[in-house]
Amino acid sequence: MHGLLNRAIQCFLVDTYGGKCWTHVARVAGVEPGGFEAMLTYEDSLTDAVLHAAVAHVGLTREMLLEDLGTYLVSHSDHEALRRLLRFGGETFLEFLFSLEDLPDRTRLAVPDLEMPELELAEDGEKGFLIQCRGGWPGAEFVLQGMLRAMADDYGALALLDVTDRRRDGATLTVSLLDATFHSGRSFSLVAGCP
Amino acid sequence: MNMARDTRLEDQAIGFDPLALGQLMPMHLCIDACGCICSTGPTLARLAGPDLIGRPFADVVTLRRPRGADDMAGLLALAGVPLKLSLAAAPSLPLKGMVVGLSGAGGALLNVSMGISLIEAVGRFDLTLRDFAPTELAAELLYLTEAKSAVAGELRRLAQRLNGARVSAETEAATDTLTGLANRRRLDATLEQFLAQGRPFSLAHIDLDFFKQVNDTHGHVTGDAVLVETAGILRSQSRTQDLVARFGGDEFVILMADIVDPAQLRRIGERLIEWLERPILAHGTECRISASIGVAISTRNDRSDPVRLFHEADVALYDAKRRGRGCVSFFTDTTMSGCPPGR
Repeated sequence: MHGLLNRAIQCFLVDTYGGKCWTHVARVAGVEPGGFEAMLTYEDSLTDAVLHAAVAHVGLTREMLLEDLGTYLVSHSDHEALRRLLRFGGETFLEFLFSLEDLPDRTRLAVPDLEMPELELAEDGEKGFLIQCRGGWPGAEFVLQGMLRAMADDYGALALLDVTDRRRDGATLTVSLLDATFHSGRSFSLVAGCP
Repeated sequence: MNMARDTRLEDQAIGFDPLALGQLMPMHLCIDACGCICSTGPTLARLAGPDLIGRPFADVVTLRRPRGADDMAGLLALAGVPLKLSLAAAPSLPLKGMVVGLSGAGGALLNVSMGISLIEAVGRFDLTLRDFAPTELAAELLYLTEAKSAVAGELRRLAQRLNGARVSAETEAATDTLTGLANRRRLDATLEQFLAQGRPFSLAHIDLDFFKQVNDTHGHVTGDAVLVETAGILRSQSRTQDLVARFGGDEFVILMADIVDPAQLRRIGERLIEWLERPILAHGTECRISASIGVAISTRNDRSDPVRLFHEADVALYDAKRRGRGCVSFFTDTTMSGCPPGR
């Protein structure tokens, strides 16, 4: 698994549950004392071991933990770069949803070896969408769910999200956009560092 | 007057109303047959300033490459050619563009793009995604710039951490674990370096006297403490440009940069021996040792090599031991100086 993802899990555990939690998880899972490097690649089994240990230590289900990870990545100030990159997808949450299918390609432009699930967006009635996630790694749909929840909030939209259909090769995410302009959302300037 | 121009443009030339044209090309200028601006895209208007309509195009746009143009004939002669230009309101912002002639009324349509100035322009004019046509690659370019700089930042931090690890691993690999002095590997490397630089220096081979007795009487733990103490003394008596190395067991080597005068070297060696002969308190036991020192000198012209230098220092050390320990000997081509009087 790519170091960016492993590093994200590490930061999430440290920032959410404290350094002691991470130290414990790292020891149980057999991560090197220095932790993960974002630009190196690690065995998938190591990531699995980390998630397994984290789930046992934190007391959440794997699904909930992954969803929290997704929300954390978009909303935590340390990862502003990721939020900004996602906001380039569009001016509104709806435009952003329409840009989701390009997300794997956009990601590959920046980090060619980062594995992403393929995403396919379909309209489902009025203001409803189905997002098909295919491939990627198991549980990626929950991270995506958390990220989308946080992005809706970022744009000021009110949306309901649910992982409905989990299959061996992927999952379906349903999005109900209740109010595209529920609140003003967070500001976004095309130039980094501007309010 | 402007209205009439707009209508004529709409009817005869392009078949777009200016608003639609502005959506399609937010950075365009429509120029009438007289060379005056009759409509602009909204983003160009933000960059070029207010009240553009009716002004001669040359007051607003400065064509730079392939050549300037300030009238209609000059402008139309550039039709279909990649243009480099700037705006009078922002002369330092290089822009790209293309002009085409309009049929019928004989005006021109100049479409402008920011090219690589995009990032600067976005910051300077506080542009948003709405200021660009969706068909433009502005969002992708901005996205890529940020994504790549984020990745480059991570890589830079990784490189710094790896370099830190490399430096400490190299230091570790070149350090004697007991005494913290340079080890044989580092000694060899520094010796090669001194020789390659053609730098005059001397190599002092120091062998502790009576150390075996300390080991045999008080045990290895005390012996090790004496070696650590010895290392401290040697280090404190050396300059930063010198290299103090543990050669193995109770032998040490000091490379003394730029000192080749035997008299000076003798004084240094005797001072070292004097320090080493002071009682050493190791784990509560008072230990007494001394040292014999053999010195080989390498000057710029004597074509020394490491093997020869070690051999010469060894011969000198043997001579010092033979002369009764606790003294300094030099290797010389013809004779060997003995112990100084009184030692």
